[in-house]
Amino acid sequence: MTPTLQAFLIVSTALFSIGLLAALSRRHAIFILIGIEMMLAAANLNFIAFWRFGPHHQPPIGVMIALFSIAIAAAEAAVGLAMVIAVYRHYRTTNVDQLDQLRG
Amino acid sequence: MSKSIDQIFVNAKQWLLTCLGGSPTWVIQVVSSLVNIFALLAVFLTLFALISVLERKILARIQNRYGPNRVGPFGLFQPIADGIKMLIKEDIVPARADKIVHFLAPILIAAAAILALGVIPYGRKMTPFTIDGGILFFFAVGSTTELAVFMAGWGSNNKFSMLGAMRAIAQMISYELPLILTALPVVMVVSSLTPDRIVAAQAGYTFGLVPRWFVFTPWGAAAFILFFISGLVESNRTPFDVPEGESEIVAGHMTEYSGFKYATFFMAEYIGMFAISGLGVTLFLGGWHAPARALEFVPSYVWFFAKLSTLLFVYIWVRGTLPRTRVDQMMNFAWKFMLPMAFTCILAAAVWHYAGRGLRGWLWSLLVIAIVYTALSTLLDTRRKFAPRVYRFAE
Amino acid sequence: MNSGAFILIAIFTLAAALAAATLRKLMHAALSFALAFVGLASSFFLLGAEFVGLALVFVYIGAVAVLIVFTILLTRRDVEKDRGFNWGGVPIAVAVFGGLTWSILKTQSIAIVAPRMPALTVKQIGAALMTSYVWPLQCVGLLLTAALIGALILVIEEKR
Repeated sequence: MTPTLQAFLIVSTALFSIGLLAALSRRHAIFILIGIEMMLAAANLNFIAFWRFGPHHQPPIGVMIALFSIAIAAAEAAVGLAMVIAVYRHYRTTNVDQLDQLRG
Repeated sequence: MSKSIDQIFVNAKQWLLTCLGGSPTWVIQVVSSLVNIFALLAVFLTLFALISVLERKILARIQNRYGPNRVGPFGLFQPIADGIKMLIKEDIVPARADKIVHFLAPILIAAAAILALGVIPYGRKMTPFTIDGGILFFFAVGSTTELAVFMAGWGSNNKFSMLGAMRAIAQMISYELPLILTALPVVMVVSSLTPDRIVAAQAGYTFGLVPRWFVFTPWGAAAFILFFISGLVESNRTPFDVPEGESEIVAGHMTEYSGFKYATFFMAEYIGMFAISGLGVTLFLGGWHAPARALEFVPSYVWFFAKLSTLLFVYIWVRGTLPRTRVDQMMNFAWKFMLPMAFTCILAAAVWHYAGRGLRGWLWSLLVIAIVYTALSTLLDTRRKFAPRVYRFAE
Repeated sequence: MNSGAFILIAIFTLAAALAAATLRKLMHAALSFALAFVGLASSFFLLGAEFVGLALVFVYIGAVAVLIVFTILLTRRDVEKDRGFNWGGVPIAVAVFGGLTWSILKTQSIAIVAPRMPALTVKQIGAALMTSYVWPLQCVGLLLTAALIGALILVIEEKR
């Protein structure tokens, strides 16, 4: 027995939900970033799985999209973490609940 | 005759696998990889033991001493004594350390170093782990080391450890760029990331005399020197052993490690050195190819290990000769010299390729490298900034 | 494709991801984040996309995890441990997981096994990147440069 496409999709869904959990539940800015990265990675897994189980393997579109999304995720992580550091310098906190100066 | 000696290990493994004949495919696959892993570990742990004693002896000779000569003939059993000593030492974990991270760091470092060894072709048909993107695998596994070093520094909960880990990561990241960029021209010219193909592309001799190794082209020679220096840094060797400079920060990220964990770090460092040198041999020194046609009867793995040992000897020699650099000197060197030179190597390789890979390309790429080298060295010349030094002695 | 390997990798990845999302110590969570990506990369290997798996290890463990760990160090005076945990996120995550799983299991057209495929070589990926995907590649390069400069400007200390 070999795993079907469904199995991969369920794993990717689980990963996405865990990322969502991290992004929604944790109050630390870095965790929110970790959650977003995990959700992006789950999407990558979907792209690769659909490419592998689909009928056409050439050109490798799924692989290409996954590669580009990895690059974009890296850029996002760099800017996001830089923002975390900048915010920390300014407010001396990384808890997103306490960053509420603009609240009316 | 020479062919059978050349393939003796491959044939031995084949014979071992035919003994299993009839068992399912996955059993044969697992046994095959296990054989590879054990062979790799046996060879490189022996080499580690040998190099650790040879390094001390060579260093001693450079410094006009004898070196270890008490245990066994010429002190050759010294590593066994060292190993026993390390094993029976008390394993101290600091009370306020992060126990799990502290425990996992040496394992991760050793695992990364050993995994990186897997993709190097040690002889004709002797690659333990064939993968299409072998060079990328090597660097991907190597980049894990940074996290492991950080874990060691952070897990120890000690200022010296943290400082050492920071220094180590800073220099690893800075020199990883030139390391990868100097591997790039070879990959471009061969148009493959597979180590086997890269070795195969270096077969043959120009004019039947000079082997077609990449180190004999201008871009290859420059890239090899840069690669070697980056390798020195990546394996934390003198003159770039800033992260563990004994006189400055005790032992860097290894300060809080004792007993066998320290031995694991030590081993990982050496195995990382073997891996980097092995990759250098594969990329630039023709892998397992013989240096002359008349010497091709010697088995391929002998050539590989001869080249590897030569590189390791240079490592030890450099350690015995050069003093430690300062952190800022090292960083300046990485970003202002190594990185532009690495890009120049890529450019020179392209010039060499488009000028027909012959003598003309050779001269043109030499010209490119010479121009950039001269420009960089005039720009970065620091001697002008200081007045000539005058020494005053008691009169 | 081996289902034993698949189950092992799936359990490993999800356990590490769950640890990354719920562990109280920041550093442990960041390290299990790296571990989750090792698992994900091996599932890419399983799917025959070795290059992407290696790129994932390279980018996430070599770069992003190190960045995260450094950020934790630089903001350490704040909280060693993350205290607040918003339980409101749990039902949403469970609901999303349940809904998506239900719809995946309901869709019969994706209950297929992988067709046979010639191995995807790095050469093919490189050729595709350099021919039909040149523009996206250049744009990603530009984006990365912009992100690099932006991140630097964000964290650079202003001189007073």
